[in-house]
Amino acid sequence: MSGKEYRTITDVKGPLVFLNKTEPVAYGEIVQLRLTDGSMKNGQVLDTSDDQVIVQVFEGTSSVDRQTGVKFLGDVFRLPVSKDLIGRILDGAGLPRDGGPAIVPDEMADIIGAAINPYSRESPESFIQTGISAIDACTSLVRGQKLPIFSAAGLPHNDIALQIARQAKLVGSDDDFVVVFCAMGITAEEYNFFVHDLERTGALENAVLFVNLADDPAVERLITPRLALTAAEYLAFEHDYHVLVIYTDMTNYCESLRQIGAAREEVPGRRGYPGYMYTDLAMLYERAGLVKGKKGSITQFPILTMPGDDITHPIPDLSGYITEGQIVISRELHQKGIYPPINVLPSLSRLMNAGIGPGKTREDHKSVSDQLYAAYAQGRELRGLVAIVGEDALNERDLQLLKFSDIFENEFLRQSRDEDRSISEGTLDLAWDLLTNIDTKYLVRLDQKWIDKYHPTEKKE
Amino acid sequence: MEVISEIRKGSEKMSEENGVIYRISGPVVTAVGITPRMYEVVRVGHEGLMGEVIELHGNQSVIQVYEETSGIKPGEPVVRTGQTLSVQLGPGLLTQIYDGIQRPLEDLEKTMGVFITRGVDADGLDLKKKWEFNATASVGDEVSAGAVIGTVQETETIEHRVMMPPGKGGTIKSIKSGEFDVTQTVCTLDDGTDIAMMQEWPVRTPRPFVRKYAPDVPLITGQRILDFLFPLAKGGTAGIPGPFGSGKTVTQQQLAKWSDAQIVVYIGCGERGNEMTEVLTEFPHLIDPHTGKPLMNRTTMIANTSNMPVAAREASVYTGVTIAEYFRDMGYDVALMADSTSRWAEAMREISSRLEEMPGEEGYPAYLSSRLAEFYERAGRVQTLAGDDGSVSVIGAVSPPGGDISEPVSQGTLRIVKVFWGLDAGLARQRHFPAINWLSSYSLYPQALDQWYRDNIASDYPEIRTEISALLQVEAELQEIVQLVGSDALPIDQQLTLEVARMIREFFLQQNAFHDVDTYSNLKLQYTMARAILSFQDEAKKAIAGGAELESVVNVPARTDIMRGRFESDYEERIAALVSDMGKQIAATMEGN
Ligand SMILES: Nc1ncnc2c1ncn2[C@@H]1O[C@H](COP(=O)(O)OP(=O)(O)OP(=O)(O)O)[C@@H](O)[C@H]1O
Ligand SMILES: [Mg+2]
Repeated sequence: MSGKEYRTITDVKGPLVFLNKTEPVAYGEIVQLRLTDGSMKNGQVLDTSDDQVIVQVFEGTSSVDRQTGVKFLGDVFRLPVSKDLIGRILDGAGLPRDGGPAIVPDEMADIIGAAINPYSRESPESFIQTGISAIDACTSLVRGQKLPIFSAAGLPHNDIALQIARQAKLVGSDDDFVVVFCAMGITAEEYNFFVHDLERTGALENAVLFVNLADDPAVERLITPRLALTAAEYLAFEHDYHVLVIYTDMTNYCESLRQIGAAREEVPGRRGYPGYMYTDLAMLYERAGLVKGKKGSITQFPILTMPGDDITHPIPDLSGYITEGQIVISRELHQKGIYPPINVLPSLSRLMNAGIGPGKTREDHKSVSDQLYAAYAQGRELRGLVAIVGEDALNERDLQLLKFSDIFENEFLRQSRDEDRSISEGTLDLAWDLLTNIDTKYLVRLDQKWIDKYHPTEKKE
Repeated sequence: MEVISEIRKGSEKMSEENGVIYRISGPVVTAVGITPRMYEVVRVGHEGLMGEVIELHGNQSVIQVYEETSGIKPGEPVVRTGQTLSVQLGPGLLTQIYDGIQRPLEDLEKTMGVFITRGVDADGLDLKKKWEFNATASVGDEVSAGAVIGTVQETETIEHRVMMPPGKGGTIKSIKSGEFDVTQTVCTLDDGTDIAMMQEWPVRTPRPFVRKYAPDVPLITGQRILDFLFPLAKGGTAGIPGPFGSGKTVTQQQLAKWSDAQIVVYIGCGERGNEMTEVLTEFPHLIDPHTGKPLMNRTTMIANTSNMPVAAREASVYTGVTIAEYFRDMGYDVALMADSTSRWAEAMREISSRLEEMPGEEGYPAYLSSRLAEFYERAGRVQTLAGDDGSVSVIGAVSPPGGDISEPVSQGTLRIVKVFWGLDAGLARQRHFPAINWLSSYSLYPQALDQWYRDNIASDYPEIRTEISALLQVEAELQEIVQLVGSDALPIDQQLTLEVARMIREFFLQQNAFHDVDTYSNLKLQYTMARAILSFQDEAKKAIAGGAELESVVNVPARTDIMRGRFESDYEERIAALVSDMGKQIAATMEGN
């Protein structure tokens, strides 16, 4: 590409720069801007024609003027990848943030990433034990899944993400995960919390961090997760690693997307977010999974904070439509002092059925999980009724279910931040113990054969 | 590669035109210097990416491109093909998985590897594969468009009927059985027209038929709530709206697995890659209860997942329905599932906004509802050109933002479809599956189907259904009172009604898609189960009138056995005996007093 520098900026609007009359410029091409004070900014072509080019500037357009020089680099955005990424901390644009040397690339990888051919995927079905009962029993995670945490401001989603990162393992295997951590607009305090914990447990050496903090450029957030996923794909599919990608906070990512849309004067979709947000998010979330003929895998844990605790807000809503379930953190449980405050009722793991059962977890797992849900759901509903009519109006069955809902929260959900429960003895046996609080005749979700085999007081030896 | 080379020939003809790219904005490219027709397929850029003309605007042609456009520049060439977006139809469609523009994903893997890159052509049918063509028409026969001239055993279970392409007809001069590939001539007409097994059809144009019939045969799905309460007819239309995670995909997959259609076309439109993989890995092992052979034999899949190009997502629905119509024209009953039509609508919205069209409601183009209507209109039970009966049933999932169906795609769909299966987040949360709300869902078909049920299942089938739905209605009313005073405050007969309704919900409506036995119930069994519930009600009423306690009536062991037994494989043989045991045990609760 000609190394020509243009000074034909006509308009600057929000993070966008409009230029006139250039040589033909490619859609998606990377752009360098040289400001009059000599400083540099980076951008990318969003729209290109014979007459006009629109560039989105990652660092924002402050100080850009009509004298700013614009150079088109003749290539799309690429990340230098190599195995040496492991153990490194990079900034939101992929440059070293840890004072270390530049990455010596093994390959320059296009960060947009191509779609995995659905024909070439392999079904995820290896159970990952997180040691957290609520997740392992009710929303079981499998390798290659994308399972976001739907949280809200002030809730302990970071503790949960870290506990998962620390404890996650395949039962009967000592393959370790490499963690790719991607920060988008989180505070320095939150970031330090993550880094300290990863350091404390030695996981940092086995991690790659991409960091865009709250005071870093907002538009840069649009590329940070793409860098992280590019690194993850490289490690998983070129070097056979099992990669766990944690990214936080998707809400900040979506805000940046909205900002670009507004600057382009696009017709907004719901609540001002661009109409293509579903597709855009899918281009990130779908970069998870297993691929035929490759040993590695990518498991994703995006974290998002629901604005106004509202699960129907476009950010959680569109995410839920793409991901393979969700883990929902509840303010109510948090206020009751329960950790982890996971509300299992709106939580879901869609890949659970493939990952549990005989040979994977235990034969009674599905049955037990269905029964826990049903009993807890009914018990919680009864709480509302009791508030109006009192316990006297309940029949025996309802009374037992009501009591069970408290027991479930206090003994099953609640565990400590470093408690790592095994699926069989730690989680499923505990579930059976707690289910003895309900008469078996009300336990209609349990197959009789599992009652005969596992029920602590009614089993037939 | 004859077809592609034909396209190339076409492009040579028009190559005097000097088309170039003027502008690129995401999947939308504007070209100047060519004068194509609307919906003509063009080749864009040095890599020859496939695109389709979707707007003509002064000297500019606006093109939606079916592949990623990054790296493409203004000034690169644009070449016409003279063809409209079409699919290749013939033996070899079944068991295939295609992208939105009928490129076999298996072929793409061979040329591109596991990630989908771009600039690769692939024929929808394997043009080299030889099929055993068995001529059924003879020399001298007068054949018109749509007439079957021969057959090919396409899969173990499906006989592919080779038809005269629409628009062609005459007297057969020669026809021969034997081994042919799909482009070779198998039959020649008097006027010299050569007929091959493959035909092409433009996806945006419905295929012709003689007339539509009113549907009067149910599409049997084995899903109790669907078949019994809200049935779909063969050739009918159904919409399944629901928030994320409520069961749209599972329901669609259940229909793809168990419905008694002869051919299934499954379109994964803008959804997850893993869901398509699941179908691909599962179907070859699942046995079709109607034929005893793997389900894959009757299935064609279109997978244009959420991260694949949106323009091809827009096209995927048309590709799918055209293939469905083609099998219908052979006289088959075809079921088509589109998951999700909302993603299709969003693709239209994205393209429309790039065209800077005047937006309608929520940014969707003003033509959204007419496109939805045109799509569902392609369903129906018809008399084919050959004079047979064939049908396409269309079942569309809808993904309303926030689960709120007041939005344009849900509303546009509900105005057209005859069956509404409304999924409910609350039920899904309680793990009541299928999470279809029995109070808000409806089907407009029962009247047309009742005669069929009386003739084929039981003479009082419609009456039993009415009783079951009435009980659910009464329960809803009683629940309002219970919310205020608790169930113990109700008179005993109403408490019994609540128990009966609970039995309907937990034992009949709930059905576990992932349980080997429970996943499918035939209509006879459904009817027997419904009768069992009503017989519990009758016996219980008598016993209570005779002084029995509700608590002991409800807890007779045989009733629990009836409810749990549905998970056992010998249930169908045992249920009659269990019902009679239940009757005796309930009667016995009176004597205890
Ligand atoms: N009939 C059923 N039996 C058992 N489980 C079911 C059934 N229907 C749904 N489920 C459960 O609900 C989960 C979500 O269902 P599904 O994936 O079909 O939702 P969806 O409506 O398609 O969501 P999305 O819009 O996000 O694609 C499934 O993974 C499964 O656990
Ligand atoms: Mg779905």
